[in-house]
Amino acid sequence: MPDFATVEYDTLIPNNVGLSSDKRVQKALEKWHPGYINWWNDLIPQRFQTSMVYLRTAVGVDPQGWAKFDYVKMPEYRWGVLLAPAVEDRRVPCGEHAGEKAWQEVPGEYRSMLRRLIVIQGDTEPASVEQQRYLGMTAPSLYDMRNLFQVNVEEGRHLWAMVYLLHKYFGADGRDEADDLLRRSSGSQEAPRMLGAFNEATPDWLSFFMFTYFTDRDGKMQLESLAQSGFDPLSRTCRFMLTEEAHHMFVGETGVGRTIQCTCEAMKAAGIEDPFDINAVRALGVIDLPTIQKKLNLHYTLSLDLFGQEISTNAANAFNAGIKGRYQEIKIEDDHKLAGATYPVVQLVDGKIVTTEAPALAAINMRLRDDYTRDAAGGIGRWNAIIAKTGIKYEMKLPHPGFHRQIGVFAGVRTTPDGTIISTADFERRRDEWLPNKADGDFIASLMKPETTPGKYAGWIAPPRVGIDNKPGDFEYVKLHEA
Amino acid sequence: MNAPLKQHVIDPEICIRCHTCEEACPIGAISHDDINVVVDAAKCNQCMDCIMPCPTGSIDNWRVVATPYSLAEQLSWTELPAQADLASGDGSVEALDDDVAALLAEAHQGGGGVGKAPASASKPSVNLFSGAKAASARVQGIYRLTTETSSSEVRHIILDFGSVAFPVLEGQSIGITPPGVDAAGRKHRMRLYSVSSPRDGERPNTNNLSITVKRDAHGVCSNYLCDLNRGDEVKVSGPFGSTFLMPNDPQAHLLMICTGTGSAPFRAFTMRRQRTSPATEGAMSLYFGARTADSLPYFGPLKKVPDSVLNKNFAFSREDGHPKHYVQDALRQNQSRIAALLADSHCHIYICGLRAMEAGIEQAFEDIARLSGQDWQKIRPKMRAEGRYHVETY
Repeated sequence: MPDFATVEYDTLIPNNVGLSSDKRVQKALEKWHPGYINWWNDLIPQRFQTSMVYLRTAVGVDPQGWAKFDYVKMPEYRWGVLLAPAVEDRRVPCGEHAGEKAWQEVPGEYRSMLRRLIVIQGDTEPASVEQQRYLGMTAPSLYDMRNLFQVNVEEGRHLWAMVYLLHKYFGADGRDEADDLLRRSSGSQEAPRMLGAFNEATPDWLSFFMFTYFTDRDGKMQLESLAQSGFDPLSRTCRFMLTEEAHHMFVGETGVGRTIQCTCEAMKAAGIEDPFDINAVRALGVIDLPTIQKKLNLHYTLSLDLFGQEISTNAANAFNAGIKGRYQEIKIEDDHKLAGATYPVVQLVDGKIVTTEAPALAAINMRLRDDYTRDAAGGIGRWNAIIAKTGIKYEMKLPHPGFHRQIGVFAGVRTTPDGTIISTADFERRRDEWLPNKADGDFIASLMKPETTPGKYAGWIAPPRVGIDNKPGDFEYVKLHEA
Repeated sequence: MNAPLKQHVIDPEICIRCHTCEEACPIGAISHDDINVVVDAAKCNQCMDCIMPCPTGSIDNWRVVATPYSLAEQLSWTELPAQADLASGDGSVEALDDDVAALLAEAHQGGGGVGKAPASASKPSVNLFSGAKAASARVQGIYRLTTETSSSEVRHIILDFGSVAFPVLEGQSIGITPPGVDAAGRKHRMRLYSVSSPRDGERPNTNNLSITVKRDAHGVCSNYLCDLNRGDEVKVSGPFGSTFLMPNDPQAHLLMICTGTGSAPFRAFTMRRQRTSPATEGAMSLYFGARTADSLPYFGPLKKVPDSVLNKNFAFSREDGHPKHYVQDALRQNQSRIAALLADSHCHIYICGLRAMEAGIEQAFEDIARLSGQDWQKIRPKMRAEGRYHVETY
């Protein structure tokens, strides 16, 4: 029995799963390794591959000392397989097996369901790195560039985490799936990534911040519910991934916040009070608040689509099987089986949006989406506090869940951001008021000028309040390779 | 009225509500609503398990309060309240363990009470490991610094932390409690040692630190430490101290005055400077007193630091055939240099060593200021308020 507290760090693949005593899996992963390194090398522009980046590397799973900060070249980053410590006598937390001992091996009857969930989760990890591959060239500071690369290498590690599970528990099928994770590619015509939002480009830094705030938060909710899985290795993998994921939320929330702060401060300095005087604000070289709201509308609604159908048999089956729990399942006080329970679900009835009670088991996705919306709303409050502090009269809002949707009950209708149903023609006519158009994108793109002097920030974004790892303001987070 | 206590609080402007701290807290002291994450002062036992996992650093905040902020108050915050004028000027908490805080308060007394960190200092981590829950380190090296013939035995001890994160800044101290019990069967008391290596380790990016220990014939802890062998395990608490820190500003001039093992933090300062701004010249001065040259720790390595980088002045009080010479005498010999530094708003003064040195140095500053038409009694409080005057004596 491997001792999970100790990490094998001197091996090709750092791990705390006793890989050196599991020759079959070790061999399989070592075979997969070169393909991964090739994928990484082909992806990230060469100049950054040879630069020294001040990165956090997971080196353990003890909360007191799980990570180390140091300069590394990204291709030399130690991508490892790390599982959170086992919880003694852990039980299946939900569904028909609730209370039974958690599974250490894949239960035969749930094999394909589990594999599918792991593959979908695994597919999103490299996808986001692909989407963000060119952002390094327009980083507004070395601090932001470092944060981008930190997010990237950790998404890479999360891919490793899922690939380990596939190799370890799913035999030949698992190996094929692991290979496919490197074959599919974001935005590709022939082999796109599995989920829509992960095939959209991330064209600029505001998109990146919105993506890490909204889309990575979907990832967080999915990881949270997989962390509740009765399949213990999956639970432990996801629990550890969440430790890293928190930084990604941080990058998004503070990135948008700093953009807003810079805009408000520039407006104050120039004596502009009307946030809707877009041309005047843009002339200051900052992003006007209504355009930031439009970006928010876009990314929030794309992320809502990731939660799938409000009423879903697949989700009900996964919950009932004990494969996937609800957000913070073990903290919820109910029977964890949802026999006879109901949950309020929005429905379209006769062209109107109404809330009806649906069987809670079928409404698992809806519930997770509601938890997500609550979680996402917190940051909006913070952003509004930044605006209010400067005295500008403007508030950011989350749009109605019916706005701009492609999946679920709202896919069939068009609504305004406050949820009023309108005709498709009206929606198209007013679309530019609510969602970023090409001109907005062009304007934002025009601001994306790299700033590579330590301690300096591009004109459209404020410096952070605290440095990474308590570093001082002018710390050189990336030592750029000058070729 | 209750004695003031150090309350653990979370900065709502930086926190992103990831609730990682809540998961990490072993006793359920952390909770949240839709907006804020808060720590229950009645439950928190300052075990520090939540500090390292926090991705933002928002968790590492403390307020000295007479009555703790309630959960309801904390939930209503949109920003951290300022530190009330109870204790420390800038709300910096030097240590959470009360006995350690008392030791540091005593050591910093000579500066005129609770000090203030330099404006450009990095934010220190404090008390990540308590006496009850110490970090485990291994002796990576132990060397005698003074010659075998010297009556004073001072040892340089390098402690390696393996994979444990123990982030220190130059000027901070660590706590070591010797194992075992005293004659009355009580546990030995913790001793503090100033870290003598820079924040990134003895060599850059090593996870170790060094301390400088003088063997005291009757000192339980110094004998314990000086007798350690390579590979031995040592339990370490800390880091402690949040004011005796160096400025990050490369323009700042560091005027460092020490005796004996008081040189430890200055070794760290000097090495840090040499690593971060090796090209900067004329921005550090050292006045170092000892009985004799062979009892002066780091004499050899110090001589290798170029004079253009570090202006070095030694004072020996027991050198055969020479009159007694103390650090204050060395200061007076460089009167015009010191007078210029006292007038310079970039100058930071650090005094570290035996308490007995304070009076003489104080008098020297007094005189040098007067002779150059300045008033030390006005300069000192101003420097203190600006975080530019620091005393750590024992």
